[in-house]
Amino acid sequence: MPDAALDLAPLDSILDEFRGQKGAVIPILQRTQETYGYLPAEALAAISKKAGIPLSRLYGVATFYAQFRLTRRGRHLIKVCDGTACHVRGATKIVEGIEDALNVPPGGSDPDYKYSLEIVYCLGSCGLAPIAVVDEKVYGQTNAENLIERLKELD
Amino acid sequence: MNTLRSPEQLKELRAALQRKLDDRRTTQALILIGMGTCGIAAGASEVAEAMRRALAERKLNAEVIGVGCIGMCVKEPLVDIQLPGRPRVTYANVNVDMVPRLVEEHLVNGQVIQKLALAQMLAEGIEPEQGLATYQDLPFYRKQLRIAMRNCGMIDPESIEEYIAADGYQGLAKALTSMEPDEVIEEMKDSGLRGRGGAGFMTGVKWEFCRRARGTPKYVICNADEGDPGAFMDRSILEGDPHSVLEGMIIAGYAIGAQEGYIYCRAEYPLAIERLKKAIRQAHEYGLLGEKILGTDFTFDLHVKEGAGAFVCGEETALIASIEGKRGEPRPRPPFPAVSGLWGKPSNVNNVKSYSLTPQIILNGADWFSKVGTEKSTGTAVFALTGKIKNTGLIEVPMGITLREIIYDVGGGIPKKKKFKAVQTGGPLGGCLPESALDTPVDFDSLTQAGATMGSGGMIVVDQDTCMVEFARYFLTFASAESCGKCVPCRIGGQRLLEVLSRIASGQGRMEDLDEIEYISTNMQQASLCALGQLTPGPVMASLRFFREEYEAHVRDHFCQAGVCKGMFQYEIDEVKCPGCGLCLKACTSNAISGEKKQPHVINQVKCIQCGACYDVCNLGAIHISPRVVPLAEVEATPE
Repeated sequence: MPDAALDLAPLDSILDEFRGQKGAVIPILQRTQETYGYLPAEALAAISKKAGIPLSRLYGVATFYAQFRLTRRGRHLIKVCDGTACHVRGATKIVEGIEDALNVPPGGSDPDYKYSLEIVYCLGSCGLAPIAVVDEKVYGQTNAENLIERLKELD
Repeated sequence: MNTLRSPEQLKELRAALQRKLDDRRTTQALILIGMGTCGIAAGASEVAEAMRRALAERKLNAEVIGVGCIGMCVKEPLVDIQLPGRPRVTYANVNVDMVPRLVEEHLVNGQVIQKLALAQMLAEGIEPEQGLATYQDLPFYRKQLRIAMRNCGMIDPESIEEYIAADGYQGLAKALTSMEPDEVIEEMKDSGLRGRGGAGFMTGVKWEFCRRARGTPKYVICNADEGDPGAFMDRSILEGDPHSVLEGMIIAGYAIGAQEGYIYCRAEYPLAIERLKKAIRQAHEYGLLGEKILGTDFTFDLHVKEGAGAFVCGEETALIASIEGKRGEPRPRPPFPAVSGLWGKPSNVNNVKSYSLTPQIILNGADWFSKVGTEKSTGTAVFALTGKIKNTGLIEVPMGITLREIIYDVGGGIPKKKKFKAVQTGGPLGGCLPESALDTPVDFDSLTQAGATMGSGGMIVVDQDTCMVEFARYFLTFASAESCGKCVPCRIGGQRLLEVLSRIASGQGRMEDLDEIEYISTNMQQASLCALGQLTPGPVMASLRFFREEYEAHVRDHFCQAGVCKGMFQYEIDEVKCPGCGLCLKACTSNAISGEKKQPHVINQVKCIQCGACYDVCNLGAIHISPRVVPLAEVEATPE
């Protein structure tokens, strides 16, 4: 779905900054992602048109490097461990709880793009099971109620 | 402006800066805090902030200076206090709560807190503190020799003045004013320096190829795309002494006849990138980069290029493609970059450590450098020592030292009385060596001959609790996911190899699989386009060679003796050894352990999920690993 509200104006200053420089595709994409949080299809199309770089080349580079994302991510990334120890300790309940309370499906984001939810397998801290990592912070021996409360406190 | 117009001006500046720093040392207390990424992660920023607040509150004449990493990662945050006329004293594992005490007792009262202090650094003309170990007394430092990292942790990496005071840019001045480019190349060849990125090609010879190559302009490129898991040597040097890398690159530019250079640094190192950019600005201000460097006719400039997350970009042709703004895919060599590199022009690519060693080689001479190390591997080697080892950290040792010395003397051996099993060098593209190879000297040729590689400097030690099948599978998972996909042997071979190993690690292996591993590996080694594909099978081949019986036990007996591969072992409590302390019962996450206090406990094998929590907490070795009796399939199907 095209995002009707996408403001393409910032692209001009990004492209101006790298005008005439050789090999600037990666820094242009990096700056674009810094601006939008990901690489929106409209932005890539606009860059292609304005800078005269084939769209296929932009996609080629964007999909090659791990740093680039083509879909929008929420401001906070929640990783819930569903390794064996966390699984038996109620990881499923945490995932379901977050999904219900914050409207974030596993592998996706909520409509406001505040959160993204990922399920991961074994973070190697089974003694603290069940665990979740929010942005860079680790929450051990947590439960749905507790974690949702912490998540709601975030901006 | 501070522009230096001659080597004499640089020497004058050095003398003035040294006087200034000496003055500071004799009149002011200095607090030096390790502010590399590792230190910051351990809480160094908070400690520095608390220290600054305490100094302001007490109105003390002292300065807090952030320095690079001195290598003792396990002791971070490290805080050094140096009172005027007294030695520099290091405190380890400092937290915010310890700051008031350090200020009160050491800074104000001048009393070294012997209980908390780790060691002191000796300096000429300064009386040592009584009853406190020196750095040379610490086993971690005794066998080290710091050339590439000589300034790391010693100077403020964000200050070009401190670098200049520590003889910085003197190597460059010497090269520019008293040596012809060919003489610089001869000096590098005579020094015997071999590329520290891992391949070990003679640096001087590489420079010569590039100098002789036709075509202009030429480029100098620094490979700072350090991507191995468990390796952080290059990051520490970039963060702790960025000017040494700049100086090495400028010298290389002079030698090969280039006017422009690129530092390709992975984006995951934001602090290194920031410090490099700052260092480049400072070098410009002093006229050490830009036009007419030090008043000579030599012009050179440097740019930082950020990677975007692709391990394969550590390969030089892929790295060049990435600088050009393309997908980081390697291309066949020849032509080598020295002939046709960046934008088709002759380009010289070296690793961070090779460049940071260069100024010292030029300044002190080839003989000085080649006296260190062995005949064919001169100088020092830098390693990031990690894994199951007491002194996790960053070390620099003379080539020729044995693995045993590194692991047991410098590294302090294996913690928790566990047994050494293997050491992996060269990261996911290297290989592992068993105990019988511990007396192998560490140099390019001996390590390769023994079945591992020198690599860029990752050294991971593992103990009895590591399963060699799983360990190889871990590296393979990483390397095969990072295959760029351009050539078939690497793209498909890595996947097939991973399937075979996963089969073995899950108890589904067949004896033929062991031959299959060798067959796929040999093909990958011979037919892959670049080093990534050629070296991906390395860890598997090495572990199969040295730990074949472990592979066979997985296949034949469905037994993982290390207790790693789920469903292929079980924990049992030794009735005789178990005093019934209840630690394991408390640690168990799945209520699988039962037993009365002071009576031997038992594990319910149906409930147990083999998380290992009980095994880890038992101090008496009463829990052991034995072949599984109840098949896991009967308990529940485990997710991958």
